[in-house]
Amino acid sequence: MQAFTTLEGLVVPMDRANVDTDAIIPKQFLKSIKRTGYGPFLFDEWRYEDVGQPEMDCTNRPIRKDFVLNQPRYQGAQIMLARENFGCGSSREHAPWAIVDYGVSCVIAPSFADIFYNNCFKNGILPVVLSDAEMDVLFVETESNEGYKLNVDLAAQTVTTPNGQVFGFEVDEFRKHCLINGLDDIGLTLQQADKIRTYEEKRQQEAPWLFV
Amino acid sequence: MAETLFEKVWNQHVVNETDDGSVLLYIDRQLVHEVTSPQAFEGLRIAGRKPWRTSASVATPDHNVPTTGLEHGITDPVARTQVEALDSNCEEFGITEFKMDDIRQGIVHVVGPEQGLVLPGMTVVCGDSHTSTHGALAAIAVGIGTSEVEHVLATQTLIQQKPKVMRINVEGDLPAGITGKDVALFIIGKIGTAGGTGYAIEFAGSAIRALSMEGRMSLCNMTIEAGARCGMVAVDDVTIDYVKGRPYAPVGEAWNQAEAAWRTLQSDDDAVFDKEVHLNAADIVPQVTWGTSPEMVVSIVDNTPNLADARDEVQREGWTRAFEYMGLKENTPMQEISVDKVFIGSCTNARIEDFRAAAAIAKGHKVADNIKLAMVVPGSGLVKAQAESEGLDKIFTDAGFEWRAPGCSMCLAMNADRLDAGERCASTSNRNFEGRQGAGGRTHLVSPAMAAAAAIKGHFVDVRNWKENA
Ligand code: SF4
Repeated sequence: MQAFTTLEGLVVPMDRANVDTDAIIPKQFLKSIKRTGYGPFLFDEWRYEDVGQPEMDCTNRPIRKDFVLNQPRYQGAQIMLARENFGCGSSREHAPWAIVDYGVSCVIAPSFADIFYNNCFKNGILPVVLSDAEMDVLFVETESNEGYKLNVDLAAQTVTTPNGQVFGFEVDEFRKHCLINGLDDIGLTLQQADKIRTYEEKRQQEAPWLFV
Repeated sequence: MAETLFEKVWNQHVVNETDDGSVLLYIDRQLVHEVTSPQAFEGLRIAGRKPWRTSASVATPDHNVPTTGLEHGITDPVARTQVEALDSNCEEFGITEFKMDDIRQGIVHVVGPEQGLVLPGMTVVCGDSHTSTHGALAAIAVGIGTSEVEHVLATQTLIQQKPKVMRINVEGDLPAGITGKDVALFIIGKIGTAGGTGYAIEFAGSAIRALSMEGRMSLCNMTIEAGARCGMVAVDDVTIDYVKGRPYAPVGEAWNQAEAAWRTLQSDDDAVFDKEVHLNAADIVPQVTWGTSPEMVVSIVDNTPNLADARDEVQREGWTRAFEYMGLKENTPMQEISVDKVFIGSCTNARIEDFRAAAAIAKGHKVADNIKLAMVVPGSGLVKAQAESEGLDKIFTDAGFEWRAPGCSMCLAMNADRLDAGERCASTSNRNFEGRQGAGGRTHLVSPAMAAAAAIKGHFVDVRNWKENA
């Protein structure tokens, strides 16, 4: 997995609450058996006039000009601002795959849906939770300053604005450790294989019906 | 120390806990389907890993399977590839699969409980958010992403943070015509789609205990729509009676031992919850969503909301966009909204009881002329067979509904069953997001009886008055 340490990147504002994973990547793309190639279809229904199909070439598709990802000033964005309950709905990991494939590796929002939040960490995306008031500041500054960039430092747990304002954020230690080091958590868990076996033996005594 | 139901099951599954509070949780059962598993199996292959305990996982294809013309197989090549990938992965890794030609095939969340693959007190995962369904059996059941599917396959565990626990108490008698689905939508309308974020929810109270297993499954199914990690209902006679005799349920002495253990799966009287919500069953009227999020829901006797009543600017903008997408105006009586298609199915409402309720409404009537398609899609091959043995299929087809083969179907429109742009649907599924049932399609979530009534009348009606206006 791609590690995440610090990121200084262009910011795109996604100013909608309750953005669901069906919107992030519509169902027709779930038929793929790969983890990559979803970036051109990120927010497909909001981004294009036509309906996207897996594997299609997106270069000449008619775009919805007013959709934020299509505005020239936000091309190349690596950080996305979002509103409450971002990533709600389906557990599809295709949503973070599409986001990271598009080039965004940090999403900042006042709240995330649980499964999506968790899926981000497995894919080198840092989800940052800031307060509504802090989000308002970031939305206003991003929209009023073309080329607006933020600096995100995972080790220090800070988001720094161009004029030096610093917002701290919380992140669970284990997830932080894995993300900073790009660790595969299956490998880490398998280091505890003995504990898992011991648990299974004990449990098999207590509740044998679980092991048939 | 007094424990909640959630804590009891959780504590029985802790393999290891680290200082930072992250827990290695043992997983008893993993349900697998074709959409979220191929990349997980591929990951195992690349890393040269094997499943930790193959018997813990069971698979069935559901999202992509056609519900009609099965004799031709899957004609969509991309969908076929995915279903074939599931077949070959299960074969390669030794995982039991109910394939498309198996009568046990169906939507994972219908099949799991039906087969007794999900038992009280289990930890259950599936690469699907509606895994929350299985909490109806007092299991901790959570939806996970594909990386975690791989993690569970490889280690039989999941790394979790312990959520907070909320209890939602619904007391009193549910009025006639009110189902688990209405209770679910009513709760989401009250607490919002993020109201459960960070929580495991226990549903309790006399109204919940009075629900059948099917009703509890519809309710727990939609816990994810309230943002919660999982939903649970304590074990009682209803649970025990449901599980008994299922193909994978224990028998003989093992059953007695299991039943005794399951009977303890209750919150202790003095258990403390991080949050409690109290609702009155008598307040619940049949629910209909009007917008593009399950929290945009009202009673059938109400109107769509007024923008002026929005809580804040963010909500007002959300409502404005929802009205535009749904082709509706503020303050419109729900009963005046006519529909184009009707879908009775999905892991929320494709069990036998759901079909009995819908058939009771449809019996002796005809689908209205303005309805382009009304379809009933069983949750599994066994539900289909049971419904047919009760003659329900006949009631539906006589009334003009299509009776289909089992699968997810128009719940998410990954197969050929979908809405066209601008079409309005009364649907018993769980998500009314933009484009969920087809690009540009407009979804209204309702109970099976409400969906059947909308099909007959051509617009939404209050099923509580069905006799009078029949
Ligand atoms: S029926 Fe719908 S919600 Fe349920 S598993 Fe299938 S697609 Fe998901």
